[in-house]
Amino acid sequence: MKFITIDKKDWAKGIENSRETYRLFGPVKDKNGFLIKSLEDDILPDMDYHDSVMSAKSVLFPQTEKMLKTTLDESQEDHHIMKRVETDTSLRAVVGIRPYDAKAIEIVNLNFDTEDYRDPYWCDAYKATTFIGLGINKPGPFDFSTSTGSGPFSEEGLDVLLADLDDKYLAKVLTDKGDTFMATCRFEKVADEKESLALFDILRKEAENNIVSKIDTDKLKEKTILDLHEAPFWDDIAFSCINCGTCTFVCPTCWCFDIQDETKRQSSFRIRNWDTCMSPMFTIHATGHNPRDTKTQRVRQRFMHKLKYFLDKYDQGIMCVGCGRCVKSCPVNIDIREVCNMMNSYEKQE
Amino acid sequence: MNTCINKIRELSLELLEKGEVEKVIGFANGTIPMATSPIAVTSKQDIEKLVFNSTCGLNLANYLKQSLKNQKSKIAVIAKGCDARNIVTHITENQVRRNQVYIIGVPCNGMIDKVKIASLFDDEITSFSEDGDTLTVKSSLKEEQLSKKDYLRENCSLCMHRNPAIYDALAADLVEEQTFDNPYPDVDKIEAMDSDTKWQYFSDLTKNCIRCYACRNACPICYCPTCFVDESGPQWVGKGQNKTDVDTFHFLRAFHCAGRCTDCGACVEACPMDINVRAFTRKLNKDSFEMFGWEAGLSLSKRPPLDTYNPDDPDDFIK
Repeated sequence: MKFITIDKKDWAKGIENSRETYRLFGPVKDKNGFLIKSLEDDILPDMDYHDSVMSAKSVLFPQTEKMLKTTLDESQEDHHIMKRVETDTSLRAVVGIRPYDAKAIEIVNLNFDTEDYRDPYWCDAYKATTFIGLGINKPGPFDFSTSTGSGPFSEEGLDVLLADLDDKYLAKVLTDKGDTFMATCRFEKVADEKESLALFDILRKEAENNIVSKIDTDKLKEKTILDLHEAPFWDDIAFSCINCGTCTFVCPTCWCFDIQDETKRQSSFRIRNWDTCMSPMFTIHATGHNPRDTKTQRVRQRFMHKLKYFLDKYDQGIMCVGCGRCVKSCPVNIDIREVCNMMNSYEKQE
Repeated sequence: MNTCINKIRELSLELLEKGEVEKVIGFANGTIPMATSPIAVTSKQDIEKLVFNSTCGLNLANYLKQSLKNQKSKIAVIAKGCDARNIVTHITENQVRRNQVYIIGVPCNGMIDKVKIASLFDDEITSFSEDGDTLTVKSSLKEEQLSKKDYLRENCSLCMHRNPAIYDALAADLVEEQTFDNPYPDVDKIEAMDSDTKWQYFSDLTKNCIRCYACRNACPICYCPTCFVDESGPQWVGKGQNKTDVDTFHFLRAFHCAGRCTDCGACVEACPMDINVRAFTRKLNKDSFEMFGWEAGLSLSKRPPLDTYNPDDPDDFIK
């Protein structure tokens, strides 16, 4: 395992060096919160941020993405034939991504890159991206990532994990992609492996001990779908829901999209947009029939998907990384931690 | 405001026990600091869940239609000044009938601006409490004692109708109404901009919009069964992040609220991206006020300016 020390006074220069090869994305302060944005020109990632309103998923899976295009001009031979739009698959790096957000990317990848189907837009972006994570020394009060198989120093999905040591960063290089990025930055000061491992271990334990928010997921697997589906608590949970898409859009693991055709003069594009299962539009059929017509059905669907269907299908934990964004952003404070605990502890009354 | 909760619970209990209402719609404590969540209380044992404080910034009139199951049902609702104005609007727009709602009016001293308070801290707020005008807010790094009047939401600091316009019972004594020489200083500022600056101002306002529609869905007057942005045959507006489509949503929604918006601030409260959605509706409120002397939701007997016609109308174009 390779470790590199980065003096903070060399940080900006190294990041500038990386721009020769990579398009950079990272946390930027915007009005009242932080967003993960493209780091244009000389903008540096704000490494002191405590959380971003939106996750890093949009770097690989933009809210609106052109997929196919065609021309309606019938004098053209290939008119009305949809072809893939050219996408920028040049190398990019997300610098300062939270470890739980990197795990979320891995979760979304399970859906977009399968044996049967391979989403080319996601897969190309995924291949082009290097993830430079920043360990969270002081997790916030709504971070429950240790309950979801992630954690403040989790390495899953990352190419490099940085630890902030006040005047310097200690970088744990996890993959070849990460190694290449560090070389491009010309961050070359190798640190002692044994000492670094011990240091990371201390930081990780300390950060994990600071996590106060926890959920129980141990019994979800043994519950039957039908029992949970018919549990009596869904109406109460759903009462306050206003059917907005906030929870799904801020969620780093929600991957659903809707496809639209848009035409402007002679050009036509097939576009995908993030969709949200909280909206009645998500399931309405062309006949007018809507299998998830009520708010309770929709709220139940979101939690069942994240905490039961996903778990059953992939056997890789729940579809939630514990970032706490939906808890904080929900206008009516529907709290996935409470719902998860209700589901986990639910026993059907015979 | 802290003491009115006892009266709210007492009234609610009485209504439920006498069987006068099926449920009481109010606020319950949230799971994180400065959060409350709308709740429907149907039984005696849940009465204690009802709370009322300066974080109850959503508008409960938004929950009326969905909660009235049939023609005969009757529900009680906790109503601040703005909630009550929206109940009036619901009644005048034939969405609910007066005899279907029992209004527990709560004279209001304003709700807090959560974003403004959060911006004082570099880390997450871990606790919030209030005692009269004093707010105590803590994070892991510091504790702040704030005066509530300095941290009111903008709509609350400019509110002229803190007392409910209609009610069946009051949970506290009426409060003194605020009066202003100029109730629309924020709109004046925008009106004074030249058109380029104005365009830039509104472009900046919507630039982070994620089209989650929390503003629309938190709004009690946005009750259309299918919103124009959700229509698919014909489709009026694109659904993506194209700027024109995003702005079209905001502009058209605002126009649909003309003469109906009570400036309750639920849209701003709900927005996860902290967009001041009110900037769109305030100008229309000002116009309604200046042209028609109209403020929405104050009277059950007056018709809104945009659904009436008067043969004496001073404008020629309409005759």
